[in-house]
Formats: sequence, C-alpha cells, structure tokens
Amino acid sequence: MHWASWQDFWAMGGSGRYVWGAYGLVALALATEVMMLRARVRRAREMARRTSDWSKKETQ
Amino acid sequence: MQTQAIRPLKFGLHRFAAPPEFYRLAGRLIPWFGSAAALLAAAALYLGFFVAPTDFQQGEVYRIIFIHVPAAWMAMFIYAVMAFWAGFGMAFNTRMSSMWACAMAPTGALMAFLALWTGALWGRPTWGAYWAWDGRMTSTLILLFLYIGFMALHGAIDDPRRADRAAGVLALVGVVNLPIIYFSVQWWNSLHQGASVSLTRAPSMAVTMLEAMFVMTLAFWMYSIAASLARARAILLEREKRSSWVQAVAQG
Repeated sequence: MHWASWQDFWAMGGSGRYVWGAYGLVALALATEVMMLRARVRRAREMARRTSDWSKKETQ
Repeated sequence: MQTQAIRPLKFGLHRFAAPPEFYRLAGRLIPWFGSAAALLAAAALYLGFFVAPTDFQQGEVYRIIFIHVPAAWMAMFIYAVMAFWAGFGMAFNTRMSSMWACAMAPTGALMAFLALWTGALWGRPTWGAYWAWDGRMTSTLILLFLYIGFMALHGAIDDPRRADRAAGVLALVGVVNLPIIYFSVQWWNSLHQGASVSLTRAPSMAVTMLEAMFVMTLAFWMYSIAASLARARAILLEREKRSSWVQAVAQG
C-alpha cells in the first residue's frame, strides 16, 4: 500500500484531475451504454407487442 | 418448458445462427458476461491502484494506462470481429452475421472514443498537449470515424439487407487501418510512446502493472461481449418484429 491516506489517494500525486477525469468518463460512458441498451431492448419488445396486437385485430 | 429439460446438451456455434435460439441463448449469457466484467474490473482496479507501484518517470498519472490500453485494444479487436461478420454476412448471405456486425459497431466506437479521451488526459500532463497529429492518435481517430461511418451508412439505407452490404464494404475497406494503427509507433516515431507490450520483446513494464492492464482488458472484453449480445437482441427484435417467434417472445 503506497497511499498514506484517502486524501493522498484522491490527489494521485497531483494528477488527480487527469486520472479521475479519465476513469470517471469511462465509468459514466459504460453505465450510460448499459442503460441505453436496456431501454432499447424494452422498446423493441414493446414495439413487437404492439405489432402483434395490431395483426391479431386485423385477422379477427 | 418440458421439452427443454430433455433436450440433449449440444452446444455449437451454428445454433446461434437461428434467430429464436440466438435470442434465448444470448439472453442467458448476458448476465454471465456482465458479472465477469464487473468482477474482473474490480480486481483490475485493486491491482492498478493498490498493488502496482508508482512509475519512476511519470509518477501516478501513468495509472490511466490501465483503462487507456484496454480501450484501445478493444477498439481494434472489435473492429476486426465486426468486419469479419460483416464480410461473412455478405459472402454467405446470412442475415444474423450482419446483425452481429451492427451490434458491435457502437460499442467499438465507444471504445475508440474512450481510448482517445483517456489518451488526451494522459497526454496533457506528460507531453503538455491534449492532442497532436501523431501517427497513432490520427489512425485511432480514423478508426472512430470508420465506426461512425459504418453506423451512419447503415442507418441511411432503408432496406436492411442493402444497408448490410453497403456498410459491409465500408467495414472491409477500413480493415486496412488496423495494421496502420498497430505499426504507427514504429513508422512515425513521434509523440506517442512505443509499445510497452510486444510479441517479440520482453515487456518494458513492471509485472504488477502488466497484470492490472491484462485483467482490465479481460474486463473490457467481457463487457463488450455482453453489450454486443444485448444490442444484437434488440436489433433482432426490431428487424423481425412481424415474425411469429418475435410475437411469441413479446407476448410472453
């Protein structure tokens, strides 16, 4: 362990904003992609359900 | 379902090519790849921030390498796999292959963008510049544009099969850029540092640093598989929303 304290850890030897800027954006980007993918699958299922209801009405 | 229990355990890649099977199998695999990605990322962060030593030249800022290199590797690797499936789909007229190619493009583009972003934040404190028109950086930017071009071209053509073919040609032509990225640090010896890991030389990094980088690469790899499978499922539902199996899935 080479960090004397949490403060030391967040400071990253004076490069904190670069290191955390890089890691923060990666985390944010991946989390956003996961949320967008979940929404897209949900939307696609919803659309398929509507298509199916509509075609059922059509055949009745 | 009763039939599932007595079905023999056969696992072949060809099963993935049947849309309903792929949809079901991908849905089962995504949580596994996602959990593997999370666990590996946690291990890599621990290795990278608490085990790997301070770099004697760069101090702490070098720790960006643990996400910069995995993102750059995945951006190139995903492109190769995407171009392979796009070409396969064109050659054998298999629509699933082209859908896989489409499913990988946004994740690959994101990886290329993250490689450039983390590189900029690493370049500023070490070189004094966020960006330079250096061979490796420029060819990586071209990789990002190739991904964007692939998605834009595909989106611009209404008929999905014609879009698959047109975007496939673009993907295949763009493969030329991959060796350019790889050899760029040798051909144009400018700002970007040379390879720290090479197939022919011993690596120029401490072992714990390498471990953190490799474990994070595995994490990014598992993440990319999970994301691509999820997107492939969505694309499949969108494209085949009128087919009876999709309607069965949607109702269930």
